[in-house]
Amino acid sequence: MKVTGLLSLLPGILLLCGCSGIEPWVKPYERAHLADPIMSFSRDPVSDTFIGHVYQVREGARGAEGGHGGGCGCN
Amino acid sequence: MAVTDRSSEFLSAHPEKQRSCSTDSRLRSFRRHHCAAALLTLALATPSLDAGVLPEDRTDALYHSYDGGGVQVTGPSILVRKGDNKQVSGSINYYVDTISSASIDVVTQGSSYNEQRTQWTGTIDYLHADTSMTASYSYSDESDYQADTYSFSISQSMFGDLTTVSIGYSRGYDDISSNVDPAVDETADHQNYHVSLSQVLTRNLLLSLNYDAVTDEGFLRNPYRRVYVLDDFNDPDSLANFNTPERYPNTRTSNAVSANFIYYLPYRASLKLGYRYYADDWEISAHTADIRYTHPLRDRWIFDIGFRYYQQTSADFYADLFERPDQQNFMARDKELSEFKDYTAGFGVTYNLLKKPYGFIDKATLNFSYDRIWFKYDNFSDVSNGAIPPQAPLYEFEADVFALFGSIWY
Repeated sequence: MKVTGLLSLLPGILLLCGCSGIEPWVKPYERAHLADPIMSFSRDPVSDTFIGHVYQVREGARGAEGGHGGGCGCN
Repeated sequence: MAVTDRSSEFLSAHPEKQRSCSTDSRLRSFRRHHCAAALLTLALATPSLDAGVLPEDRTDALYHSYDGGGVQVTGPSILVRKGDNKQVSGSINYYVDTISSASIDVVTQGSSYNEQRTQWTGTIDYLHADTSMTASYSYSDESDYQADTYSFSISQSMFGDLTTVSIGYSRGYDDISSNVDPAVDETADHQNYHVSLSQVLTRNLLLSLNYDAVTDEGFLRNPYRRVYVLDDFNDPDSLANFNTPERYPNTRTSNAVSANFIYYLPYRASLKLGYRYYADDWEISAHTADIRYTHPLRDRWIFDIGFRYYQQTSADFYADLFERPDQQNFMARDKELSEFKDYTAGFGVTYNLLKKPYGFIDKATLNFSYDRIWFKYDNFSDVSNGAIPPQAPLYEFEADVFALFGSIWY
């Protein structure tokens, strides 16, 4: 039920971005630090996938590992 | 599947039988449902794009090694990604685990074995304006376990690219057999729902929130592993045996939520902090916390150091020792379902091989990472000497994990 509830929020979120009047509080020219590779949650996917396996097969918990993307999204 | 050991591996509970056929009826690593779930969650957790940006074209060739608790797992992983620099990008990953296992479960219930698992994963990313979509398929194969996993996710960037929202769905179909019992012909299905949000908080601070719900249905136990049961509950001097197979529920549902921050320090370096909470209907709950410091040196080097802490409670049908073979409906003695903690300390080094682009290669790096993990179990005993819990010592072990890889961007 919880999952369904969360998924049902998506259309609303997508609509929001279409009529967004929110002014970005971090301007594109202020994102130099965010664009640095050291600000990536996952710099190397192949090694992160490996270490993710190491933990997942030896621990009971699963899911919600790490962060996605990172950087500034301004390429 | 995955780096395996996942603990266990067994043959039969009869030591004399184990020894007599140790060369051809090796114990099998458990992995099972857990590894299948690993495939499932990693399929969605693999860091994909920021919406609005395709992943970089790159190739990675990695050699990995895990050595701990009597288990060695090594193998290559090769990832090739190429796109059209406009709308489409695709990747293929080939991954191998070569396993040599004499884990604590093998020592107490069977004999050591060697085997191999191979996994292929293909991914297609499609970008349209601020929306990106990813579809992937993964196939994992080993002698007694095959898994197909399909996943799809969509990400939307908004608010001037300050916010990215992603949702994903993954489905896995597993076929399970046994190398010692031809009658075992089972299946298990897995579903993973994923929601995440990445947020630029300030010009120096990023936040990532993640939620995953995973459901499993089908054959979720290890066909080889057995529980430890007293020979005679009424005899205070009773010994114990591994004659009773595990019995698991055929469904499992879990929820996990995490928050991760990464902060650009006043000098060129970053600090990452992460926390995850996990709970499932087997009554396992877990906390994970990690910290990583990244420090570049000139333009050629990047150094990482990190620490990770994990703890979990045990499943409600887990026991180190059962009094009777029919003590309860569900019975397990998988150490991954016990109460335990683990700690990781590690470092990584990246060296940039090129000062400037060379031919079609924009950038090339050589990388090495090393982690040491300490596992300490609170209600899983080492009974390899025949001792009976609670007299038997609690089990603990250390593992060394490293990855050596090269990467090129083009």
